[in-house]
Amino acid sequence: MAQKKIKNLKSFSTSADRFEGANLLCPGCAHSIIVREVLNATNDDLVISAATGCLEVCTAVYPYTSWDASWIHIGFENAATAVAGAEAMYKALKRKGRLLQPKRTPKFVAFGGDGASYDIGFQWISGTFERGHDIMYITLDNEVYANTGGQSSGSTPLGASTTTSPAGRVSYGKKRHKKDMLAIMAAHGSPYVAQVAPNKWKDMIKKIQKGFEVEGPVYINAMSACTTEWRFPAQDTIAISDLAVDSLVFPLYEIVDGTKLNITYRPKKVIPVREYLAAQGRFKHLFKPENEHIIEEWQRRVDAQWEYLQRREEAGV
Amino acid sequence: METREVIASGNDLVAMAAVDAGCRFFGGYPITPSSEIMHTISDLLPKVGGVAIQMEDEIGGVAAAVGAAMSGVRALTATSGPGMSLKAENLGLAQMAEVPVVVVDVMRGGPSTGLPTRVSQGDVRQARNPSHGDYRSITLCAGNLEECYTEVVRAFNLADRFMQPVIVLTDETIGHMHGKAVIPTADEVQKGIVPRKTFDGPPEEYLPYGVGPDEPAVLNPMFKGYRYHFTGLHHDAKGFPTEEIETCRKLIQRLEDKVMKHTDELEKNEEFMLDDFNGEEGEILIIAYGSVSLAAKEAIRTLRKEGRKAGLFRPITLWPSPAKRIRHWTDMVKNVLVVELNIRQYTEEVERVSGRLDLEGLYKVNGRAISPYEIVEKVKEVF
Repeated sequence: MAQKKIKNLKSFSTSADRFEGANLLCPGCAHSIIVREVLNATNDDLVISAATGCLEVCTAVYPYTSWDASWIHIGFENAATAVAGAEAMYKALKRKGRLLQPKRTPKFVAFGGDGASYDIGFQWISGTFERGHDIMYITLDNEVYANTGGQSSGSTPLGASTTTSPAGRVSYGKKRHKKDMLAIMAAHGSPYVAQVAPNKWKDMIKKIQKGFEVEGPVYINAMSACTTEWRFPAQDTIAISDLAVDSLVFPLYEIVDGTKLNITYRPKKVIPVREYLAAQGRFKHLFKPENEHIIEEWQRRVDAQWEYLQRREEAGV
Repeated sequence: METREVIASGNDLVAMAAVDAGCRFFGGYPITPSSEIMHTISDLLPKVGGVAIQMEDEIGGVAAAVGAAMSGVRALTATSGPGMSLKAENLGLAQMAEVPVVVVDVMRGGPSTGLPTRVSQGDVRQARNPSHGDYRSITLCAGNLEECYTEVVRAFNLADRFMQPVIVLTDETIGHMHGKAVIPTADEVQKGIVPRKTFDGPPEEYLPYGVGPDEPAVLNPMFKGYRYHFTGLHHDAKGFPTEEIETCRKLIQRLEDKVMKHTDELEKNEEFMLDDFNGEEGEILIIAYGSVSLAAKEAIRTLRKEGRKAGLFRPITLWPSPAKRIRHWTDMVKNVLVVELNIRQYTEEVERVSGRLDLEGLYKVNGRAISPYEIVEKVKEVF
């Protein structure tokens, strides 16, 4: 076990990078912040698989790579299965005593976007978790198919305007709420699932390290603010992320063994959901008088979710 | 025929054609370079009472379209190579159960994720047999903006006539090409629609698959009182699964014959500057299809100016291939050049039907289009 000791932001920012800042992601993309934090949370060897998506197309363009780790790019739906295969083979070699360095403890990590996780790859994530591979699956959740032109996904929230749920005279955008992936993955009996955001980096590192410690499949849903499709200025990524967690649109919590929920961040001052929505172009149309009810619906839902999380935490379930 | 002029992209024209041809359902999934078809059709369909659904993956996209087509409406799905690979299973189901669904494949570089934003014609061989088993694919290939419209209209009519999937191949070049197209008016298109055959007799006598040995199934629209069994298993006249030897043989033979005994209804070619060919020395036959034919025509004009007698044979229906016509030209002309954005995928078919193994080829698989200049140079090099 080679967990990094990270005391403060300075020591963290000066620790050796395993994911280089030089990549083709949009300026202000949260993906690179999250991936860097995940990779820097451990000194162990890493085996990483990446589903097709923004992260994959932008970080390994020949002849360059941003990854100081073993890295597999696989089809859109199979990040979980690829890393599960690598993990299963590793275990077999270990059992047979055929590892060259048997004392090392590599970590197996899969990255997928929300399209790859909530939609097309869902079945394969489910299978991987049922089989109990010792892996970590991380969804970079930017709530849209950002790599193919901004289409709606199973994670796109209510009222967001996307290229396949465009807002206009007839429609206020996406008609349905996003899937609750954390609840779904916790229901698989996963030893550890958690929601993280790059602006709360200490919370994030703690959860990633916890995830690496436990045995079995771990699911992490990482909010990744998308400057291009959420439509906010590139320098505001962290500010938008702050709005998301402080308005409780994206609450930070974890569920241990599928049965014990802990809230890990409580905003000192909860801000109205309206402020979070107002900061993004994708929700601009919601501020027309005829769409006000969607903002109210949003607030109701966020309040109800927060109330539910607190009840679960209190009851220790 | 009444026509109209529009300025649009190839992908937009596909969506327009589908709606004008009476398509009322689209099931799809985002994939470059075909996503704009979904974007445009999700604007157009609700206005005519249709439905466009973005599904959770490519399999869901085609399966929803198959379900909609079963119910009696014209249905479309659109994708690119990786999506075709995923849709293959359901295309086999639609062949077996005889469901008329139209699939547009905007080709990009492959295999696998390949070159998502770059052109290719690498799916030509796949389109012939996307799924396992014996059946005949009907595959059309649009070679310009106009045909993104007209071939999609034709695909819907053929799907209902032959009761099976019809694939329309376009590619990244044409899908993202933006320009003027002269296309039939929507009225003209509607005049040309031949509706799917239905059975009007008493429901208890209805045998959807009990048709002649070279005829397609007659699937009545759902919700009208005609009940039948629908399956991907070998089935009898009513549609119920069976292993009975003769019934199984006849079913698969019928799937073969319903297409191969009626290829005259499917064949469509363009013969460009071939009128003056008379089989004398020095004539150059170029065979190309899809967007490559645009470069081939330009090359032929250049060669003609230089005094070389060149012409183009362009199959528009790729599968089943226009075997007789290919044989006609390859028998007559000594110098044959096949130009493709893949490695020999259609050349092998030309070899098969012509019996000739001395065809020259110009192939490119790096995601870039072939230029007229390259074709001219190749012709000068080999002939």
